[in-house]
Amino acid sequence: MYPGKFDYLAPETLDEALSVLAEKGDEVKVLAGGQSLIPMMKLRLAQPPTLLDINRIPDLDGLNRTNGTLHIGSLVRHNDVVKSDTAKANHTVASAAPWIADPIVRNLGTVAGSLAHHDPEGDWASVMLACGAELVLTSSTGQRVVDINDFLVDMFTTSCQPNELVTEVRVAAHSASGGGNYQKLERKVGDYATVGVATSLELDHGGVISSAGIALTSVYTHNLKVIEAENALVGQTPSDELFAEAGRIAAQACNPDSDSRGSATYKRHIVHVFTRRGLARSLEIAQGGQS
Amino acid sequence: MNITVTVNGTEHTADVEPRLLLVDFIRTNLGLTGTHIGCDTTSCGVCTVRLDGTPVKTCTMFAVQANGRSITTVEGLKQNGELSAMQQAFREHHGLQCGFCTPAMMLVGTALIEENPNPSEDEIRWAISGNLCRCTGYMNIVKSIEAAAEATREGASS
Repeated sequence: MYPGKFDYLAPETLDEALSVLAEKGDEVKVLAGGQSLIPMMKLRLAQPPTLLDINRIPDLDGLNRTNGTLHIGSLVRHNDVVKSDTAKANHTVASAAPWIADPIVRNLGTVAGSLAHHDPEGDWASVMLACGAELVLTSSTGQRVVDINDFLVDMFTTSCQPNELVTEVRVAAHSASGGGNYQKLERKVGDYATVGVATSLELDHGGVISSAGIALTSVYTHNLKVIEAENALVGQTPSDELFAEAGRIAAQACNPDSDSRGSATYKRHIVHVFTRRGLARSLEIAQGGQS
Repeated sequence: MNITVTVNGTEHTADVEPRLLLVDFIRTNLGLTGTHIGCDTTSCGVCTVRLDGTPVKTCTMFAVQANGRSITTVEGLKQNGELSAMQQAFREHHGLQCGFCTPAMMLVGTALIEENPNPSEDEIRWAISGNLCRCTGYMNIVKSIEAAAEATREGASS
């Protein structure tokens, strides 16, 4: 399988890349890891006239923590997150990374690229929805910071404009009394999730839940943030019953299809189990269990 | 577009179309047919080479992306005309049957033991989980990588 013809640009500075986007962003696709884009081009589902390879631009591969925030640059690969001690500052992020694709794909594919690609069954969007991430979008005229809820518009569609590049994903680090987790069921390594559940919790000094995040993968037309289940947790003292209730709400909110990966009933059941299990694991971390 | 890529220590310059896949550059332009084409969809891993040391699937990368970089294919594993520890171990432990996945398995195994000289069985299975083998059931592949790790550790300490 071969892609259609395209022009290839590989600028060595961010300014050059941004001026290409400013000039003809409409006909450009940005190439980061390429692990979703290139297969789509080979199937001719995507036929961008111009490919803008950002891999030669320095300083886009930073994975840093400043105060309470984890900063993930455009070129941070999934395996960079797997291997990073810094990334452990957010437990949901750290636990999801080893479940993205397979070990070799993880060497090239990027976190920011996955989010910008916005496959409706991608794992990272659920993680970022549960953790309340923000994306930094940079253009030749400036920079804006967009909440993940506003960034994800619809399948394969984001609010990133043709002249903009995702230069950073910002996600809060968990506090010492916070925790998070990503549960993923997959038929085999490298497959889409049959079901994925991202969870995140913060506890106050009294051990009461002060904030909660829950988002689901592959059981709706897009990654689904279950606000009702999150709200049911906040202000409550954690317990098995409470987590089971959140699981019930999540299982009700999703709308999975029956397909080769399982029946809708089965997937709904897994959502219930994974939500409960993910929250229990998040709590264990928040209460000082091993990370 | 003109590109220069160092493959197994030798610099190659070529004029290629941007859409030429790296695997075809290696196989067709350079004639290095040890790198295989299997699924062509980033699933099976038989097209894996090491790009600046990192295993990548070359069916999902364009040759132009490798401009200025270094590649090791299976043909580059031998050292001073001798089989490498990994190749020797695959031979001794029968880590292959049809041989189709073998070049990639040996490259991934080599990258693994450079990073982790004493991998557990789980770590080996995890590392090769992006590479499919339809013959062996993986048992002897795992044994081969374990043996290569041991031989390399012994070589390093002697």
